[in-house]
Amino acid sequence: MSEIQNTTNHADLAEVFNNDEARVDWHDETLWWIRSKRDVAVNKISNWEVLRETASQIKHNVLSNLNNYLQQFESNALSNGITVHWAADAKEHNQIVLSILEKHSIGQMVKSKSMLTEECHLNDFLEANGINVIDSDLGERIVQLAKEMPSHIVLPCIHKKKEEIGELFHQHLGTPAGNADPQFLTETARQHLRDTFLTRRAALTGVNFAIAETGEFVVCTNEGNADMGAHLADVHIASMGIEKIIPERKHLGVFLRLLTRSATGQPITTYSSHFKRPNKGKEMHIIIVDNGRSIQLGREDFRNSLKCIRCGACMNTCPVYRRSGGHSYHNAISGPIGSILAPNLDMEKYADLPFASTLCGSCTNVCPVKIDIHQQLYKWRQVIVKNGYVPAAKKASMQIMDWTLSSPTAYHTAGKAGRFVLKYAPFMVNNKLNPWYKHRDMPEPPKESFGEWYKKNRK
Amino acid sequence: MKVGLFIPCYVDQFYPGAAIACLQLLEKLGVDVVYPKNQTCCGQPMANSGFEHLTGGCNDLFIKNFSGFDYVVGPSGSCVLHLKEHLHNHDNPEIATTLSNKLYEFTSFLTDVLKVKTLPARFPHKVGVHQSCHGQRGLHLSQMTELVAPEFSKPGSLLNMVKDIELVPLNRKDECCGFGGTFCVAEEAVSSKMGKDRVEDHLHNGAEYITGVDMSCLMHMEGILHRQGSKVKVLHIAEILNGE
Repeated sequence: MSEIQNTTNHADLAEVFNNDEARVDWHDETLWWIRSKRDVAVNKISNWEVLRETASQIKHNVLSNLNNYLQQFESNALSNGITVHWAADAKEHNQIVLSILEKHSIGQMVKSKSMLTEECHLNDFLEANGINVIDSDLGERIVQLAKEMPSHIVLPCIHKKKEEIGELFHQHLGTPAGNADPQFLTETARQHLRDTFLTRRAALTGVNFAIAETGEFVVCTNEGNADMGAHLADVHIASMGIEKIIPERKHLGVFLRLLTRSATGQPITTYSSHFKRPNKGKEMHIIIVDNGRSIQLGREDFRNSLKCIRCGACMNTCPVYRRSGGHSYHNAISGPIGSILAPNLDMEKYADLPFASTLCGSCTNVCPVKIDIHQQLYKWRQVIVKNGYVPAAKKASMQIMDWTLSSPTAYHTAGKAGRFVLKYAPFMVNNKLNPWYKHRDMPEPPKESFGEWYKKNRK
Repeated sequence: MKVGLFIPCYVDQFYPGAAIACLQLLEKLGVDVVYPKNQTCCGQPMANSGFEHLTGGCNDLFIKNFSGFDYVVGPSGSCVLHLKEHLHNHDNPEIATTLSNKLYEFTSFLTDVLKVKTLPARFPHKVGVHQSCHGQRGLHLSQMTELVAPEFSKPGSLLNMVKDIELVPLNRKDECCGFGGTFCVAEEAVSSKMGKDRVEDHLHNGAEYITGVDMSCLMHMEGILHRQGSKVKVLHIAEILNGE
């Protein structure tokens, strides 16, 4: 992994991933299999497209009235007995979690899946402050043992083969060397986590949906690990982004029908758990986090990205993601959706991500809340260039291209001089010994262009 | 009906055969078609690289060349989509809107405007059809596998009019070939891997030819086929529809 951490450019990281073609094929096939399962599941719902449109419109309403819904949610949550915290950024969020744990003198915490805490790098922060965190989602636990980031928001360790997981478990959980039987490994993790669940006094979960009308929140898992953690602990902390709000309970059905069909092709998540008030003698905290979301809300072209319900369908369908792996996006959220969210947080650091796409548009088509992902990728490219986060050589070559293509005379001269298009567009950019040649032959230049043929043969 | 023939720059320079087939077929179908000689490029390579603000010259030139026609037809879903989404004129926005409404990708002009029902073509070969993303998902030339919606295909309906052609099924009906404009060099590793995988699907299913509405995707796949020493050829759909 050290190779990957030394560089932070999608193309370079993807090239490293592609050095092992058999692995790329395996990764691609695995995710395509999930995309295919998704297709089977959604085709069983005859009004699927209506459902997507409905969800998109509900979220539209939420984003347009976010301040009101958040206040409504807070007020209802408070009257349910939940403690509500507001965090402007990742730092504040992490500090709030730490202060809750310190107040109760808790040094160990169990955590179910939460992409928000990945975004905030909560684990690193807590470890640095002497708090031991164990991820209870099996995939998250595996990447935690491997000291890696999740490579996928729904399938955190999808980049790992079962043999590699067997080796990790051998090192960390004492399973026999060479045992890669998924059932055996899962059972081992289950036994190991059972002990964690029983001994942890604090549990952190994510939030899939927060219902303004009732002040309750819903957490969706397939493993029941969020429930196990939250019910056994004295303190339940739930972290949510401000965009997780839905107005009323009746809207939940729309999203629950969409979420897991889009994610894995299941009709519904195994556990869709509602949390409304703390049990007697226990505490329930919600941390509502902004961390750049209100800036994104103010970007007219990109605000719809906040509709995302984190299903991962755009990753499974993305032909680039499948062949470059989640880590090549060097961000907590990878794939197409990560590529439109990340530049909002740090435009310079993530300037490469909107370019890691062919703009094929498949992501937009599978998105259950109809985010125009590929259009936003295109628009981010324009914003990134205008803000100057683009190599000077690329800028210069684009200016030459503009000059040539704006003038018929220059274009025809350049064409005759050696087939302008082949030399410059689109092959001109980053033309380090012409990357096209590495795996592909050039087209054979014809005797004459169509323009030349036309002059001789017509009129 | 006066039709302006829009030939994308790389087709003009590298695939004159595709352009000639478009011209000849439109003429056969009784269309009065003219190729304005001062055309260059739609500006897409710059725009997709984040330099849409540099495409003003291309836009002006396109408007100058094509505003006088009843329809403008081009053999590329990608270039046509770019113009439909981004052609603009700062001083006269309406002139750009009017023109982009008259702009058609070649196969959809045949199915939607000329309403072609038969073609005199014959092509006794096994052919794999590549669904170019911008034509398919952008211009809706055919149904997309992601959606729960009825099947249709404009290029497919035309190919079905060709005598003795055998269209081979693909394992992944509408996966991108990985060309993606500047993506093909900026992301060389993923791009060429996508191209290899796409070509393999056609080869595995017995295609002798790969066709589609976009020469750019076909150029990409041709580059891979050549490198592999394959005898399988690429042909723009117009070359098949204009067959003997």
